[in-house]
Amino acid sequence: MYQTTYHRASSVDEAASLFGKSSEAKFLAGGQTLLPVMKQRLASPSDVIDLGKIKELQGVELSGDTLTIKAATIYYDIMTNADVKKAIPAIAHLTSVLGDPAVRHRGTIGGSIANNDPAADFPAALLALGATVKTNKRSIAADDFFKGLFTTALEDGEIITAVSFPVPAKAGYEKMRHPASRFALTGVFVAQTKSGEVRVAATGASQNGVMRVPAIEAALKANWSPSAIDGVTISANGLLADIHGSAEYRANLVKVMAQRAVKAAG
Amino acid sequence: MGVEGIGARVVRKEDKRFITGKGRYVDDIKLVGMTHAHFVRSPHAHAKVKGIDSSAALKMPGVIAVLTGQQIVDDKVGNLICGWAITSKDGSPMKMGAWPAMAPETVRFVGQAVAVVIAESKNLARDAAEAVVVNYEELPAVADVQAAIKSGAPQLHPEAPGNQVYDWVIGDEGATDAAFAKAANVVKLDVTNNRLAPNAMEPRAAIADYDAAEEHFTLYTTSQNPHVARLVLSAFYNIAPEHKLRVIAPDVGGGFGSKIFIYPEEMVALWASKKVGRPVKWTGDRTEAFLTDAHGRDHVTHAEMAFDASNKIIGLKVKTYANFGAYMSLFSSSVPTYLYATLLSGQYNIPAIHAEVVGVYTNTTPVDAYRGAGRPEASYLIERLMETAARQLKVDPAQLRRTNFITQFPHQTPVIMAYDTGDFNASLDAAMKAIDYTGFAGRKAKAKADGKLRGIGVSCYIEACGIAPSKAVGSLGAGVGLWESAEVRVNPVGTIEILTGSHSHGQGHETTFCQLVAERLGVPISQVSIVHGDTDKVQFGMGTYGSRSAAVGLTAILKAMEKMESKAKKIAAHALEASEADIVIENGEFKVTGTDKAIALPMVALAAYTAHNLPDGMEPGLKESAFYDPTNFTFPAGTYICELEVDPGTGKTSFVNFVAADDFGRLINPMIVEGQVHGGLVQGIGQALLEHAIYDANGQPVTASFMDYAMPRADDVPSFNLSHTTTLCPGNPLGIKGCGEAGAIGASAAVINAITDAIGKNNLEMPATPDRVWRTIHAA
Ligand SMILES: Cc1cc2nc3c(=O)[nH]c(=O)nc-3n(C[C@H](O)[C@H](O)[C@H](O)COP(=O)(O)OP(=O)(O)OC[C@H]3O[C@@H](n4cnc5c(N)ncnc54)[C@H](O)[C@@H]3O)c2cc1C
Repeated sequence: MYQTTYHRASSVDEAASLFGKSSEAKFLAGGQTLLPVMKQRLASPSDVIDLGKIKELQGVELSGDTLTIKAATIYYDIMTNADVKKAIPAIAHLTSVLGDPAVRHRGTIGGSIANNDPAADFPAALLALGATVKTNKRSIAADDFFKGLFTTALEDGEIITAVSFPVPAKAGYEKMRHPASRFALTGVFVAQTKSGEVRVAATGASQNGVMRVPAIEAALKANWSPSAIDGVTISANGLLADIHGSAEYRANLVKVMAQRAVKAAG
Repeated sequence: MGVEGIGARVVRKEDKRFITGKGRYVDDIKLVGMTHAHFVRSPHAHAKVKGIDSSAALKMPGVIAVLTGQQIVDDKVGNLICGWAITSKDGSPMKMGAWPAMAPETVRFVGQAVAVVIAESKNLARDAAEAVVVNYEELPAVADVQAAIKSGAPQLHPEAPGNQVYDWVIGDEGATDAAFAKAANVVKLDVTNNRLAPNAMEPRAAIADYDAAEEHFTLYTTSQNPHVARLVLSAFYNIAPEHKLRVIAPDVGGGFGSKIFIYPEEMVALWASKKVGRPVKWTGDRTEAFLTDAHGRDHVTHAEMAFDASNKIIGLKVKTYANFGAYMSLFSSSVPTYLYATLLSGQYNIPAIHAEVVGVYTNTTPVDAYRGAGRPEASYLIERLMETAARQLKVDPAQLRRTNFITQFPHQTPVIMAYDTGDFNASLDAAMKAIDYTGFAGRKAKAKADGKLRGIGVSCYIEACGIAPSKAVGSLGAGVGLWESAEVRVNPVGTIEILTGSHSHGQGHETTFCQLVAERLGVPISQVSIVHGDTDKVQFGMGTYGSRSAAVGLTAILKAMEKMESKAKKIAAHALEASEADIVIENGEFKVTGTDKAIALPMVALAAYTAHNLPDGMEPGLKESAFYDPTNFTFPAGTYICELEVDPGTGKTSFVNFVAADDFGRLINPMIVEGQVHGGLVQGIGQALLEHAIYDANGQPVTASFMDYAMPRADDVPSFNLSHTTTLCPGNPLGIKGCGEAGAIGASAAVINAITDAIGKNNLEMPATPDRVWRTIHAA
C-alpha cells in the first residue's frame, strides 16, 4: 500500500467537505474492494475518507411500501434485519449468499453499488426491483444509475446515502457462485411489482455489467412460472467468458437461474 | 496401549501455541538491524534482460542496495541444482539449462527475479523496486507441454534442444507389445493431470544473518528439511561451509512439498546479508507464492490397457509428457519417473508394463513434488483406466478391480516396486459396505426422479511411501540418501528430549513422537519434548515429505530409544543388584520382574549423570543416537468411494457421501491420522473439481490470486466417512506405512469416476468445473 491519509467522517456533510479539500480522495465504506486494490498498489488515493461510522448512513427503515437501506449498512445487518426479511426476503437471501462471512461483516450496500462490479449481487436487486439510489445531491433511478463495468451515474465526490426499494408482490434471487471469489458467476433477480410489472436483471453475465433480460420479462409477464422460461433462448453474444464459465454457459445460467428464482419467489 | 501411548487419540500438544496465536514463524522473527528485501520480478514469460537501471531506486529513502543477477553470478554463487539424475532411453544424461538465483541474461517465466532491493522497511523496498527500470527484449514463449515439443516452438535452453529434458522409459516393451498382440480387449484413455499451485497457508520467508567476525551465517527459513537446505547451500551454492551455516526452520505453516526445495530467495538473502553487512528478511506475499512456489502435476498422458477374455489385465502402455516449467527444480526429475511410473501397476497384477516419460521445459513456474508427487498422477491414470475398462467391458467396476487385485505378497511389479504386504479386498469390502454400494441403483433412480444425476466412483490407490531405502534410490540416480536420524537425551531429572531430523509443519510430530516414548517408558508425554528444525541442535536429518516421518523418522527414534533403554537397564540392574535381563520398564520405573524392587526413571537418569555408582567401565550420561535406513518403501493402500449428484441445469457437483478405507499399517494417533486423511482428501477433491494453475498461450499466469484460483472450502467438501483395514508393514519394527499423502493420491479418481458415471460420458478433464460438466452433458 502507498502512503495515504485516513479521515473518519462523522457526517455526510463533513465527508463531502473533506473530499473537496483533498487532491485525490476516495470514500471508504467496508473496504472490501478498496483496500485489496490499495494493497495491490492498483489505487493510490492521497486521502481515504471513512463513511463507515456515520450514523445517518446506518440502518434499515420500512415505511408503507418502501424499504430503505442506508448506504453504510453492512450485509450481515441487512441479512438479519426483520423488516428486510418481512418486506423483501429475496434481499435477505441475496445477502446471505454474497461473499463469505468476513465480507458480509464488512461490506456495504453503498460500496457495492458505487463499485458496480459486473459480478456483484446488489446491482441485480436494484435493477429488478426498480429501486432508487439516494445521494447527498439527488435521487437516481436504478435504470439510470448503472452505466457499464465499474461505472455509475455518480459524480465525483457524490455520496450515496441510501437505497429505496418499492416492496414487490414477488421477488426471488438465485446465483451460481464463482468457485474462487464467490461473486456471481451469474445471478438473476426476478420481481413482480405490485402493479403487475415484471422486471428481471442478471449480473455476472454481460460484458457491460448488470442487465435487464427482456425476453425473460416478456415470458414471465405472460405466465409467472419457471416453465414459462423453457422456450426462451438467451444469446451468448456479449456475455462474459473466462476460465470459470464460457459465454454459452453463462447464457444457460441466465435462464436456469431465472427459473429457479421464479420458483423461489413463489 | 497406555492413555498416551501408541494408538491413543492424544490431543495435539502443539495446538495450544498454534490456536492461541503463539506459533513462531519466520516472519515473526525480528533481528536487530534487520533490513528488508523486495524482488524485482519479470512480467514477461520469456525475455532477454538488456539492462537494469537502479539509479533512481538507489536515491530513494531507506534504500541500502540494489543487487542484480549479474552480481550474483560474478560472486560465483552456484546455480540451482536438480538432485536426481535421470538417464534417457538413448543413454544420455538429462539435459538441463542453468538456473541462476537471479537472471543475469534471460528470464524464462513470469515472476523470475532479476534484481533485489534491500531497504530499511518492507514498504520502502517495494517502493524502490518499482523504480528499478529493467529493459527487456521480449522473446516468444510457450506454456503448454504439447506446444513446447512441436517443431518451431520457442526454445528455452540451448542445452535442451526441442525443450526436451529427457525421454525416459521403464518396463519391458517387447513383453508389453506381445501382451497387446494377444489381447481380447484394449482400453484406451487420454488424460490430463492438471497443474496445481500448492498454497501452503504460510507463504515462504527467509531471514539471513551474516556475522562477519565469525564468518558465520544463520538462515531462518520455511523449510521442510533444514539439513538438506544447509547441505545444498554449502555443497553447491558456495554460500558457506556447513559449520559456518546454521539453518533454522521454526514453526512452518504447511508445505505440501513446496518447502522441500531450496529457492533463489534464500540464496539471495544469504548473499545479500553478507554484502550489506546486516540481516536481510524476505517474506513472500500470496502473489509471489503463486508465481514462484514450485507447482505440482501437469502431465498429459495417453495410456492403453490390454485385457484377456476373462477380463484379466495382461499389459499396460503409457506415454506421458511432463511439464517441468522453465527450470529443473530440486527433485523435479524424479517425480514423473521414479515416483510416478513405478506405481503404474496400481493394486493390480499386471504382467507387462511399458511406460515412456518425456520431460519438457516451458515458460512457466518450475514444477516439482506436491503432496503425493507422481503417485497421484499414477493412481489417477490407473483408476480412470479401470473405470473406463469396466464401462467398455460392461462389468461392475468394483468387480473388475477384484478380478485383478494382487493377493499374494510380497509381489514384484514389472516397474521396480516390490509390494511387501496388503489386503486390497479388505479395503474394497470395507468401503463398499460403508457406502452401501449394493443400494446405489435404488438411490440413483430416486435422484433421477428429483431431476438429479447421481453417480458413484471407486478408486483403489496404492502409493510408495516411507521414502526411502538409500541404496535403492542411490542406484536410481538420487543425489542423497533418505535415511533419518534421531537422538534421545534423558536429562538428569528424567525428562526426555527427542531430537529428530524429521520436520513438523502441520503433521503433529510433537505429539505422535512423544507417544512412542510414552508407550515404551510409561511416562506422560508432558515429560517429553521434541526438538527439530535447527541444524545446530539436531545433527542431521533428511526432513519430512513422502509420508516418511513415522515410518522412517519415528523408527530412527525407536532405534535410539532401544540403545538408551539398554544402557538405562544396566544402570538400574546395577543399582538394584539384579541381573540386567530381569529388568522391565513399566510406568516410568525399572523393575526387577517378579519382585517389588524398582527404581524410577529420574533416579536412573540422575545416577547416569552423577556417575557416583555406575557399573565398571560405563560412560556417564544417558543419551543415545541412531540413524535408520529403511529396507524398502512402504505401501499404504486403500479404497475411496464417492457418491455424488450432478445438477444437469448448472453442471454443479454436490457430494452425497465419501468413504475412505485406508491401510496405513499401525496408527500412532488415529485422530492425527484422520486429520491427515481429511486434508489429503480435500486436496484431491480440490484437484478434481476446482484447482487449476492456468497460463495463457504467452505464458502469462491467469490464476495468480485466490479470486481466480479456486481453493476448496469447507462447503465444497462432504463430511468424510473414514475407516481402516490394517496389515502391518513388515519393513519397519513399528509396522507403520504412512498416511500423509493418501487422500491426495486416491481422491481425484473417485470424484471423476463418479461424475462420469452420473452423466454417462466417460471423457471429462480435471478440474470438472460446472461449465465443463455442463458442456460434457450437453455435448452431442
Ligand atoms: C473475497 C471477496 C468476496 C466477495 N464476494 C462478493 C459477492 O459474492 N458478491 C458481491 O456483490 N460482492 C462481493 N465482494 C465485494 C464486496 O461486496 C464489497 O463489499 C463491495 O464491492 C464494496 O463494498 P464496501 O462497502 O466494502 O466498499 P469499499 O471497498 O469501501 O468501497 C468500494 C468503492 O465504493 C466507494 N463507496 C463506498 N461507499 C460509498 C458511498 N456511500 N457513496 C459513494 N461511494 C462509495 C468507495 O469510494 C470505493 O470506490 C467480495 C469481496 C471480497 C473481498
